Amino acid sequence: MRVDSPWRRFASEFAESRLALFGLAVLAVLVVVALAAPFISPQNPYDLAQLDVLDSKLAPGEPSSSTAKPYWLGTDDQGRDMLSAIFYGLRISLSVGVASTVIALAIGLVLGLSAAYFGGWLDALIMRVADIQLSFPAILIALILLAILGQGVGKIIAALVTVQWAYYARTVRSSALVERQKEYVEAAQVLALSQPRIVLRHLLPNCLPPLIVVATVQVAHAISLEATLSFLGLGLPITEPSLGLLIANGFQYLLSGKYWISFYPGVALLATIVSINLVADQLRDVLNPRLKK
Amino acid sequence: MLHLLRIAATVLIALVAPLASAAKEREVAIGLQAAITSIDPHYHNLSPNNSLLLHIYEPLINRDPGGKLVPGLATSWKPIDDLTWEFKLRRNVKFHDGSPFSADDVVATYKRVPNVPNSPSSMATFVKPIVETKVVDPYTIVFKTAVPHVLLPSDLAGVYIIPKAIAEKAATEDFNSGKAAIGTGPYKFVEYIPNQRIVMKANYGYWGGEEPWDKLTFKILSNPAARVAALLSGDVQMIETVPTADIAKLSTDRNFALADKVTNRVIYVHLNQWNDKTVPFVTAKDGKALDRNPFKDARVRKALSMAINRDAIADRVMEKKAVPAGQLLPDSFFGTSRKLKPLKYDPEGAKKLLAQAGYPNGFALTIHGPNNRYINDDKIAQAIAQFYSRAGIEAKVETMPSSVYFTRATKGDFGYMLLGWGTESNEQGSSLRSLLATNDPAKGMGVTNRGHYSNPVLDKQITEALYTMDDKKREGMIQQAAETAMNDTALIPIHYEVSTWATAKGFRYSARTDQYTLARDLRPVAR
Amino acid sequence: MLAFTIRRLGQSAFVLAVMSLLVFAGVYAIGNPLELLVNPQADEIERVRASVALGLDKPIVEQYTTFLANAFSGDLGRSFVYNIPAIQLILDKLPATLELAAVAMVLAIAIGIPLGLIAGLKPHSWLGRGIMAGSIVGFSLPTFWVGLVLIMVFSVQLGWLPAGGRGETVLLAGIPVSFLTADGLAHLAMPALNLALFKLSLLVRLTRAGTREALMQDYVKFARAKGLGPGRVIGVHVLKNILIPIVTVIGLELGSVIAFAIVTESIFAWPGSGKLLIDSINQLDRPVIVAYLMVTVTIFIVINFVVDILYSLLDPRVRLGGAAAH
Repeated sequence: MRVDSPWRRFASEFAESRLALFGLAVLAVLVVVALAAPFISPQNPYDLAQLDVLDSKLAPGEPSSSTAKPYWLGTDDQGRDMLSAIFYGLRISLSVGVASTVIALAIGLVLGLSAAYFGGWLDALIMRVADIQLSFPAILIALILLAILGQGVGKIIAALVTVQWAYYARTVRSSALVERQKEYVEAAQVLALSQPRIVLRHLLPNCLPPLIVVATVQVAHAISLEATLSFLGLGLPITEPSLGLLIANGFQYLLSGKYWISFYPGVALLATIVSINLVADQLRDVLNPRLKK
Repeated sequence: MLHLLRIAATVLIALVAPLASAAKEREVAIGLQAAITSIDPHYHNLSPNNSLLLHIYEPLINRDPGGKLVPGLATSWKPIDDLTWEFKLRRNVKFHDGSPFSADDVVATYKRVPNVPNSPSSMATFVKPIVETKVVDPYTIVFKTAVPHVLLPSDLAGVYIIPKAIAEKAATEDFNSGKAAIGTGPYKFVEYIPNQRIVMKANYGYWGGEEPWDKLTFKILSNPAARVAALLSGDVQMIETVPTADIAKLSTDRNFALADKVTNRVIYVHLNQWNDKTVPFVTAKDGKALDRNPFKDARVRKALSMAINRDAIADRVMEKKAVPAGQLLPDSFFGTSRKLKPLKYDPEGAKKLLAQAGYPNGFALTIHGPNNRYINDDKIAQAIAQFYSRAGIEAKVETMPSSVYFTRATKGDFGYMLLGWGTESNEQGSSLRSLLATNDPAKGMGVTNRGHYSNPVLDKQITEALYTMDDKKREGMIQQAAETAMNDTALIPIHYEVSTWATAKGFRYSARTDQYTLARDLRPVAR
Repeated sequence: MLAFTIRRLGQSAFVLAVMSLLVFAGVYAIGNPLELLVNPQADEIERVRASVALGLDKPIVEQYTTFLANAFSGDLGRSFVYNIPAIQLILDKLPATLELAAVAMVLAIAIGIPLGLIAGLKPHSWLGRGIMAGSIVGFSLPTFWVGLVLIMVFSVQLGWLPAGGRGETVLLAGIPVSFLTADGLAHLAMPALNLALFKLSLLVRLTRAGTREALMQDYVKFARAKGLGPGRVIGVHVLKNILIPIVTVIGLELGSVIAFAIVTESIFAWPGSGKLLIDSINQLDRPVIVAYLMVTVTIFIVINFVVDILYSLLDPRVRLGGAAAH
């Protein structure tokens, strides 16, 4: 039997699922599009000088009234080219979704593990703060942050982290509570291994799998939560729409048949989230120590 | 035995009642945009409340669909001298509980108005000018004011009359439960569920004649999409405030009809002139501070007004449901000047004016606006920013919910603020006084002048007009004041909102300028 | 157990106090309710009168201490907007939201767990993959968008279901419920599905992950080797193993369903407390916001309490109260 490097083994295990590979490919394309948005978009949709309200709500393929160039996916109510808006929106949605999830996950992980492992007053404190947090409506948090900080991508990430960390903390704590009682942790304690080592090397890996499930779902949730906040007028600046904000703006045209304003951003959002999850599902199966045959 | 008879009678009524009502009850459901916060007519001076409660209660003076004052519970009124008004009341009017209406009810109502506990916005302003009331006979009443108050009839059109007995002791809860919801209006209270629905039935003894409906259900459908969906699916027969996104479709669909009317609400921009040197969110294009406040310069203000393509906003952003504005009220209203037309869109002219004012390269500003207060407010802000970029001004847009926005706007946090104003008195003098007179809240001047524009000439013209009792003379003075303000671009008017209603097939609505949704104006039409 | 309960109670009281303080500070930071409540045409005297009437003229600290004092005697204040005791306003609207949340949760569990089990037991079949793909769609589209599409299809196009509102209600133990009437069910169907969709997808995924893991565990392999029928293996061993994370999530999500039914309620004009909350936030109706959060926090605390007890019953390895292991 050939001895593989861990990376190679990981890659080959990952590649076992063709669906996951497909997801990875789609995700890669989306990431490239997001990164290259300023170079491949016909228009900078965030520069109001390039928009023309006289071109508003054109159907896909209709030409501009001034330049006669067609808008391939139509325009929204400000005359924003939907194709460009989707490219740019992808960029914002991906960064908002991933950044807020990663930060919230990190905070939740640390606090949840500490609560479970150390117990006592620390546990009580963290969990009560989490209770407060979880019962505070996201909308109210977003509104308060908006009033204090103003609008912007960084602020919406802060709001989403504030909304989400407690969720992870509770999930981690509940798995860690189970793990802590298991023999291997007790064995490690008997062996007098250092506490950080026990937590990081033993507790953490075993708590991760359920967390990854929640986290991948939460990336999607973060993106759609951002859309919902935008829908309620609490999200990003209206001149720099994310995919969610584009859907929220186009949503009001659904009943009147101007489907493209929210349909195409919806497709882009769906593709993003599906591909993230296809990749994440496989990652989880590959990484999960308990699924090793 | 008596007991048995009573049971028999009850059974009989129970059997007959459905038969009687089976004679085709004319009922209709209407989708409203905003919550009704109380059935107490003096608790909250809020347009949606005032509109809905007009079904149950009536003021002394009504407004016709065009906004003109017409007799209500008073048949006539006239000033006897500068400080005295005489009102003649309508005879043979009965409240819903059967008690007759007379001058005592008016006196008791006006006494209650300033003393409604916990009222977040009372109607005290309307009755406060009255310092003395004299009941001459049950159908004649005389009011005295301390200073000449020309708007008294218009103010009293906002105060709904309730029976004396109720005015003296009922609390807001009693109105909400229906116990005290007794008026003279064409419909009687049946049910009120906050934030959900209000049900009424016809008052068959109404003095004004027969109404088109036996039963009314008003449903609160704040979400625009939910409101349209309710109409499309037949849950309601009419909705108010049709979202502009759906106007194009509904106007071509033969199963629905639209009604609209230009309103007394103007969408405008206040420019922050609090300080000579600095102004928030306005900088040179490189982000450096400017050496003075450009909004203090009338040329800059005019340039900012000229650079806006009002026709494009009305046409594209508002789906034609807006009328470009050149003053604070549409032409048909009292005190408006025919000389004031919306400024022509002229980006080149704006550039020239800016250059004359010392800004050949323009400057940068942020347009602040609400995103849930006026029709398409956030879209209007974006469109203005687009036009500014063509006139050499770099404009950013920041919109926020009104809960955050108005507090900050009042504090002077913003430089360029998109706002709206509905002139409830339908007379341009009062809007000039609130929006553009120099801030002096104690005197009621410039109460909502968020830009702190100040012009002594204008102040004088407004004050003089305020105390002139002669309508003709006063109108001329208000027109002059409006010309002073608009020629100085004291604020930038954008457009007048047009309110819209959509009805299902078989119904027709005749629209009003005051944005009220009244069941009496909704009629069945022959199919 | 008793000590645990008492400690929890103390902590909960603390949480409620902190919560109310945060809301006070938060609403204060957002804006001045008078700007929204007082008619803009009103003069200065009227503004002053309104601020006195609503107690907004006092310093914020004094407003808070007054509130605390009243709260101890059970009075959470009156709505600025409606002049109705805030708690009454909320209790009037809460049954509708609880019903919606409960039906949504039942839908999510009844559909989500079986689908997740299938997907976990047969991860490589087309059915398993199809379920997983479907679950992704379920949580990737924003709720408001899905809600409107549902209305477009089922109310406007097909005309099968009403577009919004709550149907006929009947009293069940003194509480109005709508799921017992045909009209009520018709009104309930779309909002409940709309609200359930996200939880449903989450449950499918959690159940699948738990199932797959459980199948690899020694005790399940052992049970299979012992020749236990697949029904028993799944019913007893697999389900039991996957219940812990699922109970956590159900606990969390039930709370969040209650608190966050806002979007669904406003799209479907469902007369519940979520819609009341968003309206109150928009109007800065502080007494209602505070009272609302007090109620939801209490519900949260109760749910979490029950969840922790469930843990200890489901998994004897968990000790209540998280007593330190060393």
